[in-house]
Amino acid sequence: MSPLPRSGGPATSPAIEVDAVAKRFRLYRERNQSLKAALLRGRRAAYEEFWALRDVSFEIPEGTTFGLIGENGSGKSTLLKCIARILRPDAGEVRTHGTLAALLELGSGFHPELSGRENVYLNGSILGMSKRDIDARFDAIVDFAGIAPFIDQPVKTYSSGMYVRLGFSVAINVDPDILLVDEVLAVGDAAFQEKCMEKFAEFRRAGKTVVVVSHAMGSLRSFCDVAAWLEHGKLVRVGPATSVVDDYVDEGHAERKHTEGGGSRWGSGEARLTKVQLLDAQGRSTTRVRTGDRVTLRLAYEADEPIAKPVFGLALENLEGVYVWAHHSRDGGFVPEKISGTGSVDLVVSRLMLQPGTFDVLASLVDYTTTHTYDFLRHCYRFDVEAGEPRESGGIVALGGEWGNLRDGTDDADLRSAERRT
Amino acid sequence: MSLLADLRGSRELLVNLTLREVRGKYKRTALGQGWSLLNPLVQMAIFTVVFGVLIKIKPDPGDPSGLQVFALWLVAGLLPWAFFSNAVTGGMGALIGNANLINKVYFPRETLVLSTVFSWNVSFAIELAVLTVVLLLFGGSPLLFLPLVVVAVLLLTAFSLGIALALSVANVYFRDTQHFMALFMQVWFYATPIVYPFSYVQRNASPTVETLYRLNPMERFVTVFRTLLYDNRLPALGDSVSIVVAAGLALVVGWWLFRRYEGRLAEEL
Repeated sequence: MSPLPRSGGPATSPAIEVDAVAKRFRLYRERNQSLKAALLRGRRAAYEEFWALRDVSFEIPEGTTFGLIGENGSGKSTLLKCIARILRPDAGEVRTHGTLAALLELGSGFHPELSGRENVYLNGSILGMSKRDIDARFDAIVDFAGIAPFIDQPVKTYSSGMYVRLGFSVAINVDPDILLVDEVLAVGDAAFQEKCMEKFAEFRRAGKTVVVVSHAMGSLRSFCDVAAWLEHGKLVRVGPATSVVDDYVDEGHAERKHTEGGGSRWGSGEARLTKVQLLDAQGRSTTRVRTGDRVTLRLAYEADEPIAKPVFGLALENLEGVYVWAHHSRDGGFVPEKISGTGSVDLVVSRLMLQPGTFDVLASLVDYTTTHTYDFLRHCYRFDVEAGEPRESGGIVALGGEWGNLRDGTDDADLRSAERRT
Repeated sequence: MSLLADLRGSRELLVNLTLREVRGKYKRTALGQGWSLLNPLVQMAIFTVVFGVLIKIKPDPGDPSGLQVFALWLVAGLLPWAFFSNAVTGGMGALIGNANLINKVYFPRETLVLSTVFSWNVSFAIELAVLTVVLLLFGGSPLLFLPLVVVAVLLLTAFSLGIALALSVANVYFRDTQHFMALFMQVWFYATPIVYPFSYVQRNASPTVETLYRLNPMERFVTVFRTLLYDNRLPALGDSVSIVVAAGLALVVGWWLFRRYEGRLAEEL
């Protein structure tokens, strides 16, 4: 529950209003941009119309983190570009309130021959910053990108990582009211990604609006408040991100398959998670454990082709759908060079710090950047936790807290001095 | 007027994009900005040898400056033409050359064309400064007319900009616009009295052809620049009015066309 009122009052006025937006593309049968052909035919090239978006309407309240989901070609990127004013809708209107910056491609507009410094100013002004703004934020931009020693070198000498980091850093420091992000949550190495996530979190805390297009359902689900699901250019649903993403994964995704545990799966399928198991301290498969038990979660996989640097992920949800915990192997510092054929990997939990309850396991196998999903299993395994040690009063997690160290009464010197001060 | 408001809003972007063009143009070349002077110098040398020495074209002496140097007479007309030609050709390709930017960021699209045209203004200014010094050395007195030269430069910029704006969108829809224009600019060059004086046309052509010939706005621009710089007198009223009308018309029509067709730029690129 959010302590802030969710409706009424100026605090939740829409940051973006998408009003009956439609966008038509021309599909040229014969892509011909020559004047000669046009003159001979008496018209421009023949084309078919294709509606990338049709009658899409919703509002994005100020301060929400909003996800756009849908399969490739569903129109979500087109919609993002319409919001960013890069594309002009053929019908309807997009109204935005506040300054807007789009992270569609990082470092676009960098001039390879100019230095990093010159490009920061150039790119900043393309994104709408004044010279004074950039002056004030220049150090922060360079620090964030971590390229201070190279700032006066031409950007063509930069590695692709440096290039993208500088682009991201400029864009994020524009400090807009509305930030549009297209699949760039996975930029650079893990350390830089962490900085990016922090920056996004800072954005949200500052009450700014973020609109994200991504295929990484796991991160969208935990990252966004609200999500819109598009299919073939039409809006299917808008609602709380967790339920929209779950429905999308359940019903919307073409590659979903039902798994033994009653959940669902999707992914590109080059490698698949074949089995998820919970093992007790003796190594026996179980669905019933106790708080504080030593348990092992085992993921069995099958890879049709060698997968370099795979990242295994595990997450838990309780029956109310609360996202209780997640951990992936890259964050755990476990990065296998590659996997091929069949095998398995274990996550050992020395003390299961969950309060009694029923939990569902979500498992994933993704690539190193965590943007490409080989396989994603939702609710593939369900287990119960029964009262064990430590035994605590309620909630979802057990912290193993201990009561004690009572310092009672009037004899306490600290308390007396505290009273005197007041 | 939204146009002016837009431009004010993107003033810094315009400055930065123009600097990018100016700096990027000769980056990593040994001569750097020297190239912007070398080009007109070589052209001047070629045309002087071919038309001044071999064909012996004799323009009238500067009136009242009394100058009689073919090379200087030539350059006074050649520099405005070179600016016009570079600005139109460069501005025309500005949208296609920055397709990645147009597809990824929103900003007023005309700034791309404007900045390219303005970057050529920088070269033009340097060239005119050098020409002024040389004219002074040869005994001309162009200084008094420099304010009017600035006005003429502004009008020529507006004229070039209008054409560049219209052609830049045309070039996105029909990619052979630029090849067509490359040919057309050559014809236009010789249809303008740059390497020969207008008096040759009057002497050899019928009055109808002469009237048609004078419809070419660049003829008026070249004449005005030459009158100010080489002759050192005020341009004729007819020429002055013509360049104001040509500049205004080109800019309004060019901008209107640009605004009309810019909506689908991102998808056509």
